[in-house]
Amino acid sequence: MIKIDNLHKNFGKNQVLKGVNLGISEGGIFAILGPNGSGKTTLIKSILGMVIPNKGDIFIGDTPIKKSWKYRQQIDYLPQIANFPANLTVKELIRMIKDLRNKPGDDNTLITSFQLSPFLDKKLSNLSGGTKQKVNLVLTLMFDSPLIILDEPTTGLDPIALLELKKIIQKEKAKGKTVLITSHIMSFVEEVADEIVFLLEGKVYFKGNINSLKEKTKETDFEHAIANLLKENNA
Amino acid sequence: MLKILKYSFYDLIRSRWSYVYLLFYLALGFVLLFLNSDLSKAVITLMNVIIILVPLIGTIFGVMYYYNSKEFTELLLAQPIKRSSIFLGQYLGVALSLSMSLILGLGLPFVMYGLFQSNTIWEFLLLLITGTFLTLIFTALAFNIALYNENKIKGFSYAILLWLFMAVIYDGLFLMSLIMFESYPLDKFSIGATLFNPIDLSRILILLKLDISALLGYTGAVFQKFFGTNLGVILSCVALSIWVFLPTFNIYRKSKKKDF
Repeated sequence: MIKIDNLHKNFGKNQVLKGVNLGISEGGIFAILGPNGSGKTTLIKSILGMVIPNKGDIFIGDTPIKKSWKYRQQIDYLPQIANFPANLTVKELIRMIKDLRNKPGDDNTLITSFQLSPFLDKKLSNLSGGTKQKVNLVLTLMFDSPLIILDEPTTGLDPIALLELKKIIQKEKAKGKTVLITSHIMSFVEEVADEIVFLLEGKVYFKGNINSLKEKTKETDFEHAIANLLKENNA
Repeated sequence: MLKILKYSFYDLIRSRWSYVYLLFYLALGFVLLFLNSDLSKAVITLMNVIIILVPLIGTIFGVMYYYNSKEFTELLLAQPIKRSSIFLGQYLGVALSLSMSLILGLGLPFVMYGLFQSNTIWEFLLLLITGTFLTLIFTALAFNIALYNENKIKGFSYAILLWLFMAVIYDGLFLMSLIMFESYPLDKFSIGATLFNPIDLSRILILLKLDISALLGYTGAVFQKFFGTNLGVILSCVALSIWVFLPTFNIYRKSKKKDF
């Protein structure tokens, strides 16, 4: 589904990605983890074409993404910070994104599952952070694209919405889609992810499933295993 | 691009600031015409206001809109839309909604005071066209500044400085150089220097058309002598169009290469 070859990116003197090689097969949930500043968001943004790499290639399916934008029709992306035009209402925003993508979207089911119907006619500037994140999720997940990228999807969600989100992610996986997630909440990652990609200092440090990570670090607990990865590297 | 333009425009014409801007022009137009119902004199007063105010509002609105909609722009960037369409659409959305406030705000009072029966209609139209040009130019410059500066405070400062330079400092420097080099022939220099400042250019354009030699000033007089009124008007319109085109093209160029 995604193939990344020797990807380099630096912002000024700050080298963020130092040769990332990564292949992500079709179907399944992949968590991209790593300490702050390890290049998770930069990697995701490179896949989306928002960050233009200095070196290296990215392929979605079999086509290189350089200088192209149509491939983004296959991607649903949830950005980290949700901030929308203040003067639009939720309903208008949903209609607008559908119009921009030129695709029908299944927003009604999502609106019911996140209990957003009372907010539909409210202006976006009057919504709380958690509600905005729910709107953000509806905007992302209403389309039926084969690749879903979620950057910190759990931020600001209440427990009910979090349960819903997990259900939806599993449902999408069952349809054979590929889901990429970054999160700092390890219990969430452990629960949903099939495979872990651990980034450290701009390179892929570990890729594999949770059990093999536990074996490698000789820890029984996922959170400790991740901590162990970090410590090992520092030592 | 048209879709983005439509939504930015729609978003902006519903914002409070657009109304404040519109109401300001309405009030200005009515007060001017109430105090002095001579349309052609009102046009001159308006020119002085527009030439300073339109660039200021254009730059400030431009940078403000860019920084405020940054996260939303990121959401748009992840959609299957060409990059340049996003930024050009947003730019045109801002510039057109500002121009609309200007045209409606000044147009209504003038129409009500019998613009169509008077013979100042062409002067008035020219005033609105210049105002629109200035809006397009300074909003584009503001978008350029914002695209090059991640830091909001820096971007705002540069925007204000740009306005201050074009509206005030440039004239001062220009005058000083005229005095310092008074013993040399300065015609060509002053024409060149005028072409490099859209605000000066607009002033001369309107004054040429109004044919008030007392207000033309040195550069205006040189302009008139060199090109005559008609050629002068055409030339300044061409120069203003170049002023619109260059920054807009740079928005297109820069937006393609930028990281978000």
